[in-house]
Amino acid sequence: MGTTTTTVPSAGPLAGSRSFLSRLRQGDEIARMITFLFAASVVLVTVLLVFELWQGSDLSRHKFGFNFFRTSVWDPIFGQFGALPFIYGTLITAAVSLLIAVPLGIGAAIFLAELAPARVSDTLEFFIDLLAAVPSVIYGVLGIFIVVPLMRQYIQPALKHSLGFLPLFQGPAYGVGFLTAGVVLAIMVIPYIISVSREVLLSVPRDQREAALSLGATRWESTWKVVVPFARAGIFGSIFLALARALGETMAVTMVIGNTPTISASLFSPGYSIAAVIANEFTEAVGDLHTESLIELALVLFILTFILNGVARLLIVATSQRGSGMGNV
Amino acid sequence: MKRITGLLLVVLAFAGVLWADSALSITGAGATFPYPMYSKWFDEYHKKNANLEINYQSIGSGGGIRQVTEGTVDFGATDGPMNDEQIKAYQDKHGFAILHFPTVLGADVPTYNIPGVDVELSFTQEAIAGIFLGTITKWNDPAITGSNKGVSLPANDIVVVHRSEGSGTTYIWTDYLSKISDEWKTKVGKGASVNWPVGLGGKGNEGVTGTVKNTPNSIGYVELIYAIQNKMPYGRVKNSSGAFVKADLASVTAAAAAAVKNMPDDFRVSITDAPGKTAYPISSFTWLLVPAKFSDANKRDAIKGFVKWMLADGQNYTEALSYAKLPKEVVAKELKAIDKIQ
Repeated sequence: MGTTTTTVPSAGPLAGSRSFLSRLRQGDEIARMITFLFAASVVLVTVLLVFELWQGSDLSRHKFGFNFFRTSVWDPIFGQFGALPFIYGTLITAAVSLLIAVPLGIGAAIFLAELAPARVSDTLEFFIDLLAAVPSVIYGVLGIFIVVPLMRQYIQPALKHSLGFLPLFQGPAYGVGFLTAGVVLAIMVIPYIISVSREVLLSVPRDQREAALSLGATRWESTWKVVVPFARAGIFGSIFLALARALGETMAVTMVIGNTPTISASLFSPGYSIAAVIANEFTEAVGDLHTESLIELALVLFILTFILNGVARLLIVATSQRGSGMGNV
Repeated sequence: MKRITGLLLVVLAFAGVLWADSALSITGAGATFPYPMYSKWFDEYHKKNANLEINYQSIGSGGGIRQVTEGTVDFGATDGPMNDEQIKAYQDKHGFAILHFPTVLGADVPTYNIPGVDVELSFTQEAIAGIFLGTITKWNDPAITGSNKGVSLPANDIVVVHRSEGSGTTYIWTDYLSKISDEWKTKVGKGASVNWPVGLGGKGNEGVTGTVKNTPNSIGYVELIYAIQNKMPYGRVKNSSGAFVKADLASVTAAAAAAVKNMPDDFRVSITDAPGKTAYPISSFTWLLVPAKFSDANKRDAIKGFVKWMLADGQNYTEALSYAKLPKEVVAKELKAIDKIQ
């Protein structure tokens, strides 16, 4: 989650005045070196990961070049590999899940942090943390046995009936597909949004609320116009954490998305995501090109996550410059 | 002090005995389809040979081929035989051959869910190929109704369900389709994962089962054992002699027996679309992949011993687990081939 590099200001001038040996004896230097090693290992792992993915996908990068991102045929038998449907599926399901999870999650967080009695809030928080810890395969099973039949029998026909003029809600209702995967992902990421946003809202200083109330604001006005904007950066952080989880989720998605590489405007259509195809095909990949194309897909997913994380950083910086005080989650 | 030393010596002696006892451990990896059979065999064999432990990881046929080629396991297992390219890669890397040993037989069956239809359907080659190619889209297509006189099939769209992950089951299914349909052969081909013209992907046998059970008007394919254990309806398939045959242990063994005459010396044979009136056409062997040379004589003898046992006593355990036995002729041929392991 929102890791930020903070230097401890007091360590600088004090540390400089003493000799290396005395610092070593007091343990500061040892602690510094050990923690530095830990921090460096994170960077090392990331670099190694990219290096391995880059090297491992050599064959497919040279064979397909940029076409890998533009073509949509995935044919292991005839050695044609295009990533577009998988990129599309990954982005669409993540977008659908955030569209559902963000309003719900933030709404719930506001209630828990600002409006609910502390006892209720803490009890519910316990359940939310529990939900966040449920393994994803269980959400997948839930998806297959509850969400998919519900979708096919009730939700998709209803959507088709009422909003069927939109290309989003056309085509046969299989139950599995982009929409179902998005809904299951939303269920999975909501606990993250609630849990982090609630903490952030709770840590908004009392003064802010009191100031708003003393100016004649109602409870809701102080919450919506003062507390929430103050905590904006942290709330964004929670959303991007949710996004990261949605992009990389494998098990639950593959169980409900339909596993068919298609690009369709309809959310009812079955699709495929990057993580799902890697999990499905890697163990049985025959031939180097197939394996390397899957590794290149992993690289694509990494880059995708990297870009979205960068955008998230920029958004947090941009919004915190506009007057909000809290930068970090 | 003395007592402690004495105790230590006793413990060490015990450890030494245990160590010597479980000295030989052989590892294998590969196909998931025969895993229940293999784990039963390895367990039974361990009971008879307490000092030999065989560990098997069911990571999938592709993984089995890869690991045995890389030399990280002592033997591999696969549902689809290694192709010439893979065999050559193995030979080039190790300087000796990799041998195929058929162990048991399995079959794929078409399973379906059509509301209002609870009879056993009969499928012609044209019907199966057409459905999976997407050229036959409705259940009341003449290609399907023609072989199912008296069954009223609805005018609904067919929902095709296939495996999403690479699997031996898919290899057998697409191998069959490639044999009976030229269009399938040129457009799709055979393999553990293919570019499906139509359909939804379900993860694993259970994913396909779940999707078929949940989706009206759907058709999918699963391993015979899986269909039997889950009491799913599955259809008869027309074989190359023109008879509609239901998959069971006898008809699967019949398919293997029909292929015996043409069995090549390396056992890499596909028995889909096999000749013979009683042969079920979507059947297949599953193989152990054993290196032709072992540097460790103990391991070599242990593996040879196991394969011999598997071909004799081991075959008696198959039917309890719904796997079909190897035909006698194949067993005889394999017993000779064991000598190739050196």
